[in-house]
Amino acid sequence: MLEIRNLYVSVAGTEILRGLDLSVKAGEVHAIMGPNGSGKSTLANTIVGRPEFNVTDGDILFEGESLLDKMPDRRAVLGIFLAFQYPVELPGVRNRQFLKAALDAARTYRGEEELNVRQFDTIYKAAVEKVGIDAELMKRSVNEGFSGGEKKRSEMLQLAVLDPKLAVLDETDSGLDIDALRRVADGVNQRRRPDNATILVTHYQRILSYVVPDYVHVLLDGRIVRSGGRELAAELEAKGYEWVKESADEKAAV
Amino acid sequence: MRQPAASYDRYEQDHATFERRLSPNEPAWLRGLRRRGLEAFSSLGFPTGTRGNERWKYTNVGPLARTTFGYASAANGSGANESIIRDIAPWHEDWTRLVFIDGSFSPALSSRQTGGKGMHVANLPDAVSRNGVAPEEHLGQYADVGEDGFTALNTAFMQDGAFVNVPDETSPGAPLHLLFVSTGRDAPTVSHPRSLIVVGRNSRLTVLESYVGLPGASYFTNAVAEIVGKEGSEIEHHRYMMESPSAFHIGATRVTLERDSSYVSTGMAKGARIARNDLSVLLDAPGSSCDLKGLYFTSGSQHIDNHIDIDHAKPNSSSNQFFKGILADRSRAVFSGRVLVRKDAQKSFARQSDKNLLLSQGARINTKPSLEIFADDVQCFHGATAGAVAEEALFYMKSRGLDEDTARRLLIAGFAGEIIDSIQLGPLREHMERMFSRDASEIGVLAAAS
Repeated sequence: MLEIRNLYVSVAGTEILRGLDLSVKAGEVHAIMGPNGSGKSTLANTIVGRPEFNVTDGDILFEGESLLDKMPDRRAVLGIFLAFQYPVELPGVRNRQFLKAALDAARTYRGEEELNVRQFDTIYKAAVEKVGIDAELMKRSVNEGFSGGEKKRSEMLQLAVLDPKLAVLDETDSGLDIDALRRVADGVNQRRRPDNATILVTHYQRILSYVVPDYVHVLLDGRIVRSGGRELAAELEAKGYEWVKESADEKAAV
Repeated sequence: MRQPAASYDRYEQDHATFERRLSPNEPAWLRGLRRRGLEAFSSLGFPTGTRGNERWKYTNVGPLARTTFGYASAANGSGANESIIRDIAPWHEDWTRLVFIDGSFSPALSSRQTGGKGMHVANLPDAVSRNGVAPEEHLGQYADVGEDGFTALNTAFMQDGAFVNVPDETSPGAPLHLLFVSTGRDAPTVSHPRSLIVVGRNSRLTVLESYVGLPGASYFTNAVAEIVGKEGSEIEHHRYMMESPSAFHIGATRVTLERDSSYVSTGMAKGARIARNDLSVLLDAPGSSCDLKGLYFTSGSQHIDNHIDIDHAKPNSSSNQFFKGILADRSRAVFSGRVLVRKDAQKSFARQSDKNLLLSQGARINTKPSLEIFADDVQCFHGATAGAVAEEALFYMKSRGLDEDTARRLLIAGFAGEIIDSIQLGPLREHMERMFSRDASEIGVLAAAS
């Protein structure tokens, strides 16, 4: 589904990703872990095409087609979704209105008819229930005046409504209490299907107690230095990022 | 302080013609009032912003002063019928309606029953001839002819207009709509609509004052409204201005509030080459309050000026101003809000805020909220902002699949929504929502292309 090859990305002249390779197939859940500043968020944002992130080399293929010449809205309607680390407030823009416009944009792109209000309501209400978000809260403008946890939950609602092929969660688990964390994990587990994929970008091993990833990757200095199964996460938890760093240095020295 | 104007002679000639046509039965006080208006206009003329005239610092009415407008003397109303008007103005069958075409009262387009529903509503000359007391007591008492040339000019040419009197302890069931339509015939014309609204003790009135023009019409609307709220009264006033793009609009609203009365207003302004919304509220007794909201929307090379003056004359009075502007292309807007808290006005509360969304590099806002406080025990706040559509918000929306235009349209409509959503008068709110989503989509496209 997603194929990243030798990706180099710089932000404001500083090179952040340096030759990153990653392959995600349909049906898989990948966890990308790494210390602060390793390039996790840069990777997540580059996949969805944030303008300040310049790809200087390499390629990102989604279902066999390069994404690099595609604008963020095109990537979205193709089925790529990023749950933002810091979701943005949209004053005066209602949640329902926003989500219906988003869903209709994807449907229009696929040549399907826009949803009528009743069809949308069915999808929306089911998602609100699933995510366990306060329906009253969602009558407000998108993310406006939401707490950090509410914003994350709102991202999970959007994920549930839009049901993308590829979901990238950028630190969605950070700053959440245990109940909220479980909700996020449930959201990821429930969407697990043979025809979609999820990338969890996280600093902590915590969420991986509730979501069992197929692959765990360790990102360090803009490159994936180690990949493995779920046991890699446990090893990281026990030994810390220093351990990966040392073994990566050793490898480089050999 | 006076604009050089080629047209002063024309105004004087037209006034002579105007006076000759007046009914000989008119009371002397009304003739005297007009005469004072003409004299004041002769000495004041049209204002300029030079030599420290703060009230007109950012608005140059030169183009208006240089244009010769003919007085739209007779009820002509060509080109305006109900279906055309309903297309451009808010409308509801249940509203009591007084319609004026090019300044002249149109009985045919107005509601047949304008009295009896708990208020006296009439065309001004009819009110003067039938019930001289209330017009004489109030007319010209709040809009001072010595204050500015436009009010003086309006007073000089005062004839048709709305007279509204809500007796004490009364609440008319239906909202009142004062609708002023300009048709702008071959040559530019001027009209001087005048409104007098008196709301009695513990009474309540909802009134919508609309100024609209037929597309492409060229004219000058010089309106004055005097509004009085007696003790314990509640007034909900909406001012809707949607003039044609080549029109000039100067509108003065003078509100005087007695003890424990409240005045709530929303002003919507769009269209017009140069427009001025000049609103003064005198909080003349303890417990009086006003809540003023406004939304202005400029494009092309339009210029809209909101000048708000609030006078806290007595203790325990409160005022709130919340204005928002959306500026596209090379347009310009002015917001100057002055709040005066007099020495006597202890325990007063005043807040003013003006927020602007600039859709292009060429758009400009001059915002100048000011507080002048002479009392020592008051709460006052003011603030102003101007900014572009947030890139971060646009990216967030695009990352959900919305294209640039849709994203901009939603953000702009969301910005305006804060004012529109607060409009209590349902049909007006819906009219604004409809019109706004249409306009915002046009603006969204323009802004993305520039």
